Amino acid sequence: MKHTVDARGLACPLPVVNTKNEMKNMQEGETVEVLVDNEIAVQNLTKFANVRGHGVQAEKLSDNEFRVVITAGKPAETAIPEEAEELCLPSSKTSNVVVLSSNCMGEGEEALGKALMKAFIFALTKQDTYPAKILMYNSGAYLSCQGSDSLEDLKLLEAEGVEIFTCGTCLNFYNLSEKLAVGSVTNMYDIVEMMSSAGKIIKP
Amino acid sequence: MKDIIFCKGGGCTAKLGAGALSRVLSKLPKKEDPNLLVGFEGSDDAAVYRINASQAIVSTLDFFPPMLEDPYLFGKVAATNALSDIYAMGGQVLSALNIVCFPEKMDLNILGKILQGGNEKVTEAGAVLAGGHSIADEDIKYGLSVTGLVDPEKIWRNSGCREGDALILTKKLGVGIIMTAHRIREASEEVVNQAVESMTTLNKYASEILRQYQVHACTDVTGFGFLVHLSEMLEDGCSAVIQADQVPRFDKVEAYAEEFYLTAAAQKNRNFMGDKVEFQNVSFAMEEVLFDPQTSGGLLASVSGQEADSIVEELQKQGIPAQIVGHVIPRQEKTVYVRG
Repeated sequence: MKHTVDARGLACPLPVVNTKNEMKNMQEGETVEVLVDNEIAVQNLTKFANVRGHGVQAEKLSDNEFRVVITAGKPAETAIPEEAEELCLPSSKTSNVVVLSSNCMGEGEEALGKALMKAFIFALTKQDTYPAKILMYNSGAYLSCQGSDSLEDLKLLEAEGVEIFTCGTCLNFYNLSEKLAVGSVTNMYDIVEMMSSAGKIIKP
Repeated sequence: MKDIIFCKGGGCTAKLGAGALSRVLSKLPKKEDPNLLVGFEGSDDAAVYRINASQAIVSTLDFFPPMLEDPYLFGKVAATNALSDIYAMGGQVLSALNIVCFPEKMDLNILGKILQGGNEKVTEAGAVLAGGHSIADEDIKYGLSVTGLVDPEKIWRNSGCREGDALILTKKLGVGIIMTAHRIREASEEVVNQAVESMTTLNKYASEILRQYQVHACTDVTGFGFLVHLSEMLEDGCSAVIQADQVPRFDKVEAYAEEFYLTAAAQKNRNFMGDKVEFQNVSFAMEEVLFDPQTSGGLLASVSGQEADSIVEELQKQGIPAQIVGHVIPRQEKTVYVRG
């Protein structure tokens, strides 16, 4: 069943409230298409989706028409090419993006995986050139939160101008929303965009 | 008869975004006048013009669309809000003029109720209503242009916080969220009544108590929300640490924020603050409370850390829900740190 909410001409909070009501009848994985007429409504819908752990994508159709597609429940993480060791996209002037999709590096004993990940992030700080962005999702979200062994390194990278992003859905899922200690929260729409526009994706 | 659409997001939520406004203002040519002690460059609450060595005129105006269906209460809120800017400058009010936009075909009794509510507040403030101006318009808007008096040596600007100062907030936050919930019939009557009570309480009383002490900076918290007003006060000279649990707010307001009864203005405030604020262990709902646009909000004063406790004690004795919400610290990377 197709879910749509036409919230054009409606003032906040109605776009979000109407969407929230529509989603009461939706199963995990179902999507609702919301039409709004201003950018702020898009931001409020995105905020709603991130806080509630829904997937969200927004698209500008014209100056006063925006489409926001919200996917109920856990969004499909599989949309990201998890297996790729290193994705070499045609080189462009955009820089590299480091993707940390787990709090462990490689497959094997967890303790080793965690130690390797810590060492990897430390080594990043010692490189001559830094990546443009570091993107953390799934259990990678633990790395940017309180209690992580890599906080200092990540903060150092951030201070050097590296943008640090953690998936909002993942923070919610692991109950980490209030523990984020470095960088900012991002959503699937931005994750896809950052990965698509990256010069090189580095995935330990 | 067709229902009157009274509330389309009124009160201070109807304000233009802070970012948009400063872009426009920065392009206007400036005329220098040594007697204009406070103009718009410091994003202050009111203009102050010196007329002699011991007296300066404080001028301000404020008007907005209704955020309440009851015209009499709306009149009271709009007047209380407009008068507040004088108190936020440390002044006292002398006279007020009505600003009215009203649809020609609408029942004039409604306008009568609005003006009655407004006049009562002007009278309570000790000022005189001296006239006004009315325009036929599609929607209702009401407010006041207010003239007050202040000692030029004792102007409370909204900048000038000093390291070690305590920050005092004199009203609860959350009226924007509550009125938003009320508009879609999701707010409890009790909480709405509390919010209306707060919005119709003159900042006169808090101001009079504060005037007995040294106030380094002061503003009233309105449409730009607590955090944007606070960051304006800090300019680039200082930073502040806010204890989220010490911030006075209305019952249930966090629950309403969780339900996303949020205004567009709050999101504009969030965008304006951007990375100037860092939240440490603060819930999403509390973040929203701190960004919430207030209509007729309280005074936010930066006072000496030594005097803060006695000031708050005296304010509370008068039934004012004031709290010390944080402290001013030397300039750090972020302008405001909010701790949970």
